[in-house]
Amino acid sequence: MNAPALVFGWHDWLNLFVHFLMLSMMSLGGAISTTSEMQRYLVERQGWLSQTQFADSVALAQSSPGPNVLFVALLGWNVGLNTGSVTAALSGVAISMIGIMLPSTVFTYQVAQWAQRNRELRAVRAFKQGMAPLVIAMLLSTAWLLATGGGKGGEHMDNWPLWLLTAATAIVIWRTRLHLLWMLALGALLGALGVV
Amino acid sequence: MSALPLPTPPSAPQLAPSAPPAEPDRPRPTSLTDLFVSFTLIALQGFGGVLAVIQQQVVERKRWMSNEEFIEEWSVAQIMPGPNVCNLAMMIGTRHFGLAGAMSALAGILTVPLILVLCLALVYAQFATQPELQGALRGMAAVAAGLIAATGLRMSVALTRNVIPLAACIAIAATGFVLLAWIRVPLAAVIGLLGGLGCVLAWRRLKP
Repeated sequence: MNAPALVFGWHDWLNLFVHFLMLSMMSLGGAISTTSEMQRYLVERQGWLSQTQFADSVALAQSSPGPNVLFVALLGWNVGLNTGSVTAALSGVAISMIGIMLPSTVFTYQVAQWAQRNRELRAVRAFKQGMAPLVIAMLLSTAWLLATGGGKGGEHMDNWPLWLLTAATAIVIWRTRLHLLWMLALGALLGALGVV
Repeated sequence: MSALPLPTPPSAPQLAPSAPPAEPDRPRPTSLTDLFVSFTLIALQGFGGVLAVIQQQVVERKRWMSNEEFIEEWSVAQIMPGPNVCNLAMMIGTRHFGLAGAMSALAGILTVPLILVLCLALVYAQFATQPELQGALRGMAAVAAGLIAATGLRMSVALTRNVIPLAACIAIAATGFVLLAWIRVPLAAVIGLLGGLGCVLAWRRLKP
């Protein structure tokens, strides 16, 4: 692993914090939508993480239980580790997670409160009803992009057993009440055996 | 959770200004601890994304909300900035216990998974190059993609009770999928275009 060795001053931590604060407000449709911007900043511009560290952080958070936004914690962890200590790594986790969560959480809370107070308002009802079809399109396209590894020309585009597993999961979970963990275990098993 | 500064006493949740008039026959979380524990357990079952689990648990098992209410909350959660499932957990918490509920649900969905993912990162560093591990992660990612699709398909049932006619709903959803997944139009543009169209259609059909 060719991780960069860093010397961090307080202004570097501050830069990291401010950058995540900004990304928080830009993360429409989820933190994962700002991944490419994070990669540009942390890997290409600042050189705080190696590309391998970045990609591994995203992949690990995806396959670990919990919200996908936890990949941000791993990014902070790795930046901290690159400066050489576990204390710094824990600071990195705190700075990046607070940065990515604080602005969006405060904003969304206020908007949700307002919408709840005015839920009988015609405009609020029209918004909630009117967004429903697009919301479903957003979910299905997220699934598509994850399954193909990034759409047309994605890395899994030719891997049809992987595709079949995604499609089978979608149908089984949609039509039955099977617990989700069974499908995840099956996926892990098929993957470990090299079937998909 | 009692260590948090609580503007709403947990003993009097029904006084929370934001709590909607609860339907008498619908179960609800009993306490802030119940919210915290429920969302911790939900998060721990959500590999590669928590939405599928929230929908299955909150709507179909716990029955805290109906499918229609769920998609309404989700549409706000997904369009606001920030991690969608965290927004959603926060909004569900708010419905029942105000700000304290929001913080409990958010803490529940983040705390234990955060500790876990850091432990995994430590372990992963030792085994990152094992082909079996790489394969298992790839298989789980494929299943996770399927889970998100299944959630979308399950929620689509709510479209039959939407004020917009079903055919128009399907047309908007299909166009949205093509624009987002195949043509890769930026999300903000699609929200402005198709979200705006949906809102106008719904507005015209709702009684003033």
